[in-house]
Amino acid sequence: MSVDAPVKLTLKDYKSDLHNDWCPGCGDFGILTGIQMALQQMQIDPDKLAVFSGIGCSGKTPHYINGYGFHTLHGRVLTVATGGRLANTGLTVLALGGDGDGYGIGAGYFVGAGRRNLDFAYIVHNNNVYGLTKGQASPTLSKGKKTKSMPEQAIQDGINPVAMAVASGYTFIARAYALEPKYLASIIVKAVEHKGSALVDVLQTCPTYNDLYTKEWYEGADLPEKRSRLYKLEEKGYDGKVQDVTDAQEIVAKKAAAVARSYETDPIPIGIYYQIELPTYEDAVGQRIPALAEKPLVEQDVFHRDVTPLLEAMR
Amino acid sequence: MQKNRLTWMIGGPQGSGINASAEVFAKACSRAGLRVYANIEYHSNIMGKHSFYRVRVDDDDVRSYKDKADILVALDQETLTGDGDHRRWATHYGHLAEINEGGGVIFDAEIGFDPKASGRPDLRFYPVPFMEIIKKALEEVGKGDQARRYEVMKNTVGLGASLALCDYPFDLVAEVIRSQFKGKRSEVGELNVRAAKLAFEHVRETGDAKEFPYTLKPGREPKARILAKGYEIHAIAKLKAGCAFQTYYPISPATDESVFLERQQRDYKLLVVQCEDEISSINMAVGAAHMGVRASTATSGPGFALMVEGIGFASITECPGPVLVMYQRGGPSTGMPTRQEQGDLQFALHPAQGDFPHIVIAPGDLRECYQDTFSAFNWAERYQMPIIVLSDKKLASVYTTIDKLELKWDQIDRGEMFTGSEWTAVDAKGPNDAGSQTGHNGKGGNGHGDMDLANVKEYLRYAFTKDGVSPRSRPGTVGGRHWVTSDEHDPDGHITEGVEMRVAMMEKRMGKLRLAQKAIPQEQQYFLHGPKDADLTVVAWGSTKGTILDALKTLDAQGKKVNFLQCRLMKPFPADAVAAILRAAKRIVSVEENYSGQLAQLVQEQTGVMISERINKFDGRPFSEDEMTNALAKVYDGAKAEAVVTHVR
Repeated sequence: MSVDAPVKLTLKDYKSDLHNDWCPGCGDFGILTGIQMALQQMQIDPDKLAVFSGIGCSGKTPHYINGYGFHTLHGRVLTVATGGRLANTGLTVLALGGDGDGYGIGAGYFVGAGRRNLDFAYIVHNNNVYGLTKGQASPTLSKGKKTKSMPEQAIQDGINPVAMAVASGYTFIARAYALEPKYLASIIVKAVEHKGSALVDVLQTCPTYNDLYTKEWYEGADLPEKRSRLYKLEEKGYDGKVQDVTDAQEIVAKKAAAVARSYETDPIPIGIYYQIELPTYEDAVGQRIPALAEKPLVEQDVFHRDVTPLLEAMR
Repeated sequence: MQKNRLTWMIGGPQGSGINASAEVFAKACSRAGLRVYANIEYHSNIMGKHSFYRVRVDDDDVRSYKDKADILVALDQETLTGDGDHRRWATHYGHLAEINEGGGVIFDAEIGFDPKASGRPDLRFYPVPFMEIIKKALEEVGKGDQARRYEVMKNTVGLGASLALCDYPFDLVAEVIRSQFKGKRSEVGELNVRAAKLAFEHVRETGDAKEFPYTLKPGREPKARILAKGYEIHAIAKLKAGCAFQTYYPISPATDESVFLERQQRDYKLLVVQCEDEISSINMAVGAAHMGVRASTATSGPGFALMVEGIGFASITECPGPVLVMYQRGGPSTGMPTRQEQGDLQFALHPAQGDFPHIVIAPGDLRECYQDTFSAFNWAERYQMPIIVLSDKKLASVYTTIDKLELKWDQIDRGEMFTGSEWTAVDAKGPNDAGSQTGHNGKGGNGHGDMDLANVKEYLRYAFTKDGVSPRSRPGTVGGRHWVTSDEHDPDGHITEGVEMRVAMMEKRMGKLRLAQKAIPQEQQYFLHGPKDADLTVVAWGSTKGTILDALKTLDAQGKKVNFLQCRLMKPFPADAVAAILRAAKRIVSVEENYSGQLAQLVQEQTGVMISERINKFDGRPFSEDEMTNALAKVYDGAKAEAVVTHVR
């Protein structure tokens, strides 16, 4: 875009024209819309956007977004995204994946990314099932639960992504709901603008395979008095942001509060559970390799290196 | 009196510093113009288990080690007599049996070893009071009561004693010791010099030391050479090639390369990331390579086993990399982590599901490690595929003199790039499935579109071109937007299961191997060493190269006409050329440090030539020059190739 004549990007500018093959009514549509709304609100240049995803229904998301898209391997999205981000810090990096992808097969990388506090946002499509393989239990489905295509009840317990993120070191931890794309978009904006590793766990419906946690269930249609099974943390006066990053007691208290809230099941809190401004991995790299504080790795001239001093030392 | 041709060996428990003294000795010889080939054998253990270092010194080029040493420095009893008496399964029976007749043995007088009980009346024994000497050196600086803290200086004492035996100028060694202890540690350096000097004097004064039959004198050649280990050479080649991103997960014997690079981060603007596992290592490197930086990783068999899905991913996405240096070690599974094996050739050739292109090259010595690692980065970007450089424990840890490092093929080639100033035409040589060839603003790319190809005016990452290589665009480039997916995809990088598109994409990707085959210099693919016309042709690959060349010298002197076909480029394999050489050969024998003859299998698969005579060694130790010479001589003389060659006799 020309600097002197800025053109405001519209939502359409963030959509690719690819035919979408998700099931009708899939929660992924809400997440896709939420992402595109957030990108539009931030006016992110699609040429400077890199969207990474894992494998599964959610993995297809980058193909529907106008930007550089990387549809990687099952469970490995954070590793590829980390490499991409470190190579070119000039790009905005979004990582996407399912709950099986991120909390099951990719759990090790979920922890690794949290420890690094790399500056990127990770959006997890959390629908409690493995959709693309036809509805097996995902790592977030609780013990004893059985969705319609499971032959038996879940024999092992589900994990708590928010608590896992707290323990791993994510510096922005939030939860949203796929069928409230506007609110989701507002959370994604904050996650992207946050400097550091940001997790947005998105509760999502799978109309085809998850007959437990449906749109109606989230709306509380089955309750004696219909009410949402979700509530927004900030509306109950909760503030998960650490004000004084040097105050170890405040940090522990805020982490403990986030974990406590993450175990609430009815209603389920959405919004920002925890946030802290800490130096990022990029900051640390810039201190170690000053040239990288100036410009991204990909723009460094590394093709005229003099290795003579290294060889001299071997004499 | 034998001059300037000896093997010095030091053995002791791990943690006793034998590496330091062996490397000081090697450096002192190299700086003085002598040629050195030094190799270490060690356990997968931090402290206590036996390790030993051999340093072979010569006026002429040496590329392998000999079975027997001329001087042995023993820091403990086990070095002399082995571990057969206290371990259930012996790893060795003592190095006393590995000393040439009339050789010298320097040992710690404190261990109470009785030379008379050695069974080697021919050897000269020099008991040295190691701790007393250390104490004496410390007393000179008023630290006489701290001798135990400085026990690690025993290796320096052993070094000083050895120099006295071979009458080497002490000053040359003192200079090297001092250079190892710079700045704040210079005081420790002086202590070491002092301890070595006291040991030197102690042995010089001992009876027959002056008549010791082996001597070392500085050579006449200039000091232009360097003394290097393979992992350093791989690392320097990466720096030279413009590698900006290295990932790793700690694993023997690959870690040294990454740690070496880690030290250079600031000066060379190179980012090294220690990952949570090797799956992360390879995929981070893939992510970085897709962003346009030259990316690499290094690992060994167990790590490679985790990386394999990333290799297939890099290949189907036509990633310009990464370059993977694979340091083979004894397998399978955890196997023998610190021991030598050429056991991963077939694994490197077939790492992951499906058919996909990647390049596998196996350098034979340090010079080739430099060339091949450098070239690998060019190939990665030119052909947009992952490259495996097959190294091994022996190449990684061998410490040897090499003449000035030179890159024979020294141009940086970044391959075809889309710069943003023009769009990439779709060459209509693609499939008939026009619908799949729409641009990313076309009417759907998932087999649903109906766009007129001639009107596609947008960049397509996987555009069909004449040679199958599509110009890559660096993410962030205006107009170069694209998608990358591990699924089968169309030219825009969107998923497809279209029949024609699938076939066209497979052919596009696989065809790049033919392109590489044509472009890679012939002598980097294979090389026939020795006479064209020979009675026996040795077929081998990788780090046995130097050993075979040294053996060939001896065989040649015996009038045995043997040549050596070194296979270097493993994929794409130079099948026609190799077949022609082997069909013309009178008799063929393969030599490999693995159980099954993995190169012999590859040769048969690619050329139809069955190599039925195979010499294999898989005890975790590389061939010595003597083993190689003897095995080849036997085969030459008509014996059937021995299936197994092993150190344990």
